[in-house]
Amino acid sequence: MKVAAISSAGGHWVQLQRLRLAWDDCQAIYITTKPEYALDVRADAKARDLSEPVFYTIVAANRWQKLKLLRQVFSIFFILLKERPDVVISTGAAPGFFALRLGKLLGAKTIWVDSIANAEELSLSGQKIGPHADMWLTQWEHLAVQDMNKKGPSYKGAVV
Amino acid sequence: MIFLTVGHELGFDRLVKAMDVWARENSDHKLFGQIGEISPDTYTPGHFEYQEFLSPAEFEGHFETSDVIVSHAGMGTIITALRKAKPIVLLPRKGSLRETRNDHQIATVDRFRSRDGIFVADEEGDLPEMLAQALDRSSENKGESKASDFASDELISALRDFIQR
Repeated sequence: MKVAAISSAGGHWVQLQRLRLAWDDCQAIYITTKPEYALDVRADAKARDLSEPVFYTIVAANRWQKLKLLRQVFSIFFILLKERPDVVISTGAAPGFFALRLGKLLGAKTIWVDSIANAEELSLSGQKIGPHADMWLTQWEHLAVQDMNKKGPSYKGAVV
Repeated sequence: MIFLTVGHELGFDRLVKAMDVWARENSDHKLFGQIGEISPDTYTPGHFEYQEFLSPAEFEGHFETSDVIVSHAGMGTIITALRKAKPIVLLPRKGSLRETRNDHQIATVDRFRSRDGIFVADEEGDLPEMLAQALDRSSENKGESKASDFASDELISALRDFIQR
């Protein structure tokens, strides 16, 4: 089983890392915007006696940097095409949005865990990608849907 | 030692300026700041050492050697502080001042202010008082319980089940 775990650097990455026990039995593929994180994931895999994770760096981009966003989409697409993960999981933001859309296209199961930083309403990327994800989670109970007929995230706990 | 961080994305002049004033009046405390990208109109502190960005290893190093953390209300820093059981003072960025895109950091501090070891300065004027409380806390507790390195068991197993299904 191959799991591609993807997020932007900073808070999203810190949250994604706190979920990693969930794919300990799988081949992990990490995709993020900060190359230095490779050292952390390799050291962690070694310390916990896991197989060495695959690591890819993609260009960072905010929503106004259209050209960079385009480069980001292409590199995510080629990584997913090469790795063919069974599952794609993300905590945010733009890279996760793209990876879930493209991963779905390539037949992967997709998981969106909305960032805990969004305590009052779901993140922008979460609102857009959630309905397309196979598993859609919020980390705040009050943001979860109560009515099972309505489309929305569920609550299964938080990263902290 | 106090470690100030504004996160890796945007500068936060209001916090840096307030901490500069505090550092001038509290010269017995050593302060180091990671203040984000410096442009011509960025406020640069005169009373403590600073750097624009830190590598993950440097960030970790400053976190370890500091007694108190001062930060914007970013989840990465909040989680790291809980994990290392370091008292942290938070000043939320405001959407109305264009310090970030909306008021999500205000929502964050409202949700986290009751947690042990988290001291919220809603406005920069509250910083000295919150810093005093955080410094008191760091001197009295040494064996405080650290948060785990991982998410709740419930969340991990829900994800694991879904992945394996």
